[in-house]
Amino acid sequence: MATFKEFRNNVKPNWCPGCGDFSIQAAIQRAAANVGLEPEQLAVISGIGCSGRISGYVNAYGFHGIHGRALPIAQGVKLANRDLTVIASGGDGDGFAIGMGHTVHAIRRNVNITYIVMDNQIYGLTKGQTSPRSAVGFKTKSTPEGSVETTLAPLEIALAAGATFVAQSFSSDLKQLTSLIEQGINHEGFSLINVFSPCVTFNKINTYDWFKENIVNLATVEGYDPTNRVMAMTKLMETNGMITGLIYQDTSRRSYENLVPGFSQESLAHHDLTLSQDDFNGLLKEFK
Amino acid sequence: MISQLSWKIGGQQGEGVESTDRIFSTALNRLGYYLYGYRHFSSRIKGGHTNNKIRISTKPIRAISDDLDILVAFDQESIDLNGHELHDNGVIVADAKFNPVVPEGVTARLFAVPITAIAEELGTSLMKNMVASGASWALLGLPLEVFNKAVEEEFGRKGAAVVEKNIDAVRRGAEFVLEQAGGPLDEFQLEPADGKQKLFMIGNDAMALGSLAAGCRIMSAYPITPASEVMEYLIKKLPKFGGTVVQTEDEIAAATMAIGANYAGVRTMTASAGPGLSLMMEAIGLAGMTETPLVIIDTQRGGPSTGLPTKQEQSDVNAMIYGTHGEIPKIIISPSSIEECFYDMIEAFNLSEQYQCPVIVLTDLQLSLGKQSCEMLDYDRIVINRGKLVSDVPLLETHAQFKRYEFTEDGVSPRVIPGEKGGLHHVTGVEHDEIGRPSESSINRKKMMDKRLSKLDNLQITNAIHVDASYEEPELLIVGMGSTGGTIDEARARLEQEGIKTNHITVRQIYPFPTELFKPYADRASQIVVVENNATGQLADQIKLNVGCAEKVRNMLKYDGTPFLPSEIYSRSKELV
Repeated sequence: MATFKEFRNNVKPNWCPGCGDFSIQAAIQRAAANVGLEPEQLAVISGIGCSGRISGYVNAYGFHGIHGRALPIAQGVKLANRDLTVIASGGDGDGFAIGMGHTVHAIRRNVNITYIVMDNQIYGLTKGQTSPRSAVGFKTKSTPEGSVETTLAPLEIALAAGATFVAQSFSSDLKQLTSLIEQGINHEGFSLINVFSPCVTFNKINTYDWFKENIVNLATVEGYDPTNRVMAMTKLMETNGMITGLIYQDTSRRSYENLVPGFSQESLAHHDLTLSQDDFNGLLKEFK
Repeated sequence: MISQLSWKIGGQQGEGVESTDRIFSTALNRLGYYLYGYRHFSSRIKGGHTNNKIRISTKPIRAISDDLDILVAFDQESIDLNGHELHDNGVIVADAKFNPVVPEGVTARLFAVPITAIAEELGTSLMKNMVASGASWALLGLPLEVFNKAVEEEFGRKGAAVVEKNIDAVRRGAEFVLEQAGGPLDEFQLEPADGKQKLFMIGNDAMALGSLAAGCRIMSAYPITPASEVMEYLIKKLPKFGGTVVQTEDEIAAATMAIGANYAGVRTMTASAGPGLSLMMEAIGLAGMTETPLVIIDTQRGGPSTGLPTKQEQSDVNAMIYGTHGEIPKIIISPSSIEECFYDMIEAFNLSEQYQCPVIVLTDLQLSLGKQSCEMLDYDRIVINRGKLVSDVPLLETHAQFKRYEFTEDGVSPRVIPGEKGGLHHVTGVEHDEIGRPSESSINRKKMMDKRLSKLDNLQITNAIHVDASYEEPELLIVGMGSTGGTIDEARARLEQEGIKTNHITVRQIYPFPTELFKPYADRASQIVVVENNATGQLADQIKLNVGCAEKVRNMLKYDGTPFLPSEIYSRSKELV
């Protein structure tokens, strides 16, 4: 069985020293090993941005797509070969700005993939513009007087869209993050894991210390029940989304692949493509 | 006895125009006649004038006719709007309910049949379609048993009582009109058909069936006119083969999901029309850059923007050739018949895997939606070629990666799908090296660009152009694409009678343009007239750009939303000579 080291490759990430994304990379590698995967059984599909480079930094099959489109590509991969474990990943701009439409519909569709958002509340690779996750009043190159737009609450949106697995973590908490990714992989259906991943270069507000001061670990909240959707929504609203841990999980709903009529239980990618003469003749009948 | 006849039914959208046409033409198909249909419809569901026209012939036909023999009208508007198409001996079969009037200047005979009244007497006005088609059938003097069999098949699953009622409706429509006309009309007696079994289908169905035959198992798509029939057909059939259609949130997701599924090894496609294709351009670039196979159908309709969503146009040629930013290899093929709609999908899937690049199948609304006779499709012509898709590759050393983008003689690299132990590699839309890792090296960049673009140097497509060149030095070389071929041929037959020598080329491989094949015919013609449903002469521009002879290229353009008529091509050609 592969160890987490086998999910490492010899590529040096182009992230800034201290970037939160390093821990997310490590957590993905550990979680993959912990759930018993071999590198060839994992496909990491990513978007564009600093975070999007992640697919090149894990020793697995990697597809670095286009900005905002990691999710449709990842769903395509999973539908083609359901034997693969598919992780989609990208930043908050990727998933909650340009790709928000895909995010909501991927949640509704509930294909069995895990989506890890590396949320740094800013656009890093383009050198510091506001993101949908930036706080009101946050000053960036594109909002020199401070952002006037409302901060997006992606996990509330996810719950409203019918998410079956919603979690949040912090890149400093490698243990919790690894565990949540494992749970996400093992969850049947779409799992969304938002990870606070501080941008040490452009975001001087949402720093490691700031997160440490402001986030509440749900493990410390007495009586919190992650199977209770109303409680999950309430908690997110009460805390302005500043919670980590498993927020909500619904294990009763089957994934898309298991609900779509007639969908192959085996990997479609390994099907024989030939149509039999009988099938062909049958298909022509309705046109006669 | 006549060899061909045109029939049209008109009424309000949603009142049975479609179903009347369907049952009438299915029965004609059973008799072995060649049929060619044209739908006039609007972007709304109920209400608004709509009409379906079919041409019935004992020989193959691929064009709508200039005039009309029989018009079935559910309302006066249908007569007012279409009556002028009837020739002098034409016939109108109209619902007596609205006291039909033959408009001034129209000399056709009118048979007022109580279509609605008979249907209501039998229980429901829904059966108007049966009364109307029964009356049409009777005027042609065709055997009623064949018609009744078609009715049985249409309504069989609803039970014997329903079948019986509908057959009754057909009989009463027939009897009523025969009494008025004094029997079947002599001038509309069709020669017997060859009786050869044919298929009767729209281009979209043929393309969907072709995809299935090609091994396509996933389609990701967003509904749009006039492409939706492709997804609607496949969602009925794919589950039997373990696959599915995913209705995505938009065309961006449709195209990128197809890229993901192709990357992972399943033949997957999407289909759309202009507005959807505009949204897919970014994905097409990704497929080109990552060398991922991708098949996209573009059923052209009136543009720009929302344009004329239910009308004929061929104005996406430039957008398909030039649409993406940057430079990628890409293949565009354009079927020109129902048969080709089927076979071209098989070829498109093969080409996209052999050359690892996007392939666009370009049709137009008339070819996609016009129901036509189709020669029996040949199972033996279904050949699947997956190009350099490899499996069981040797295991890699630690940290080594599979050279997915290996430099090779023909530019095409071996491809493995995820899951292969020895195939680990990275794919990215960023410029990359042989194992798919991002690279900004100038040397690598140039080599990779050359590798990708050189893949099509050896592209060989059979029937890249269809040539009908009877003359060594024709006065006119008429060039078209898509659905216009049959219309051009009818115009040519008339020109021929007047001694005007024409050759005809239908361009099937739109891009890369098959210059070498085309040039000899262009050189020998006095003038080249390019027939296309757009306003700027996009195909003509490709000819000028690739073949030259700009001085003798003439445009024949139509962009009012309707297909060319043979008479239009005939007149314009005559003017030119």
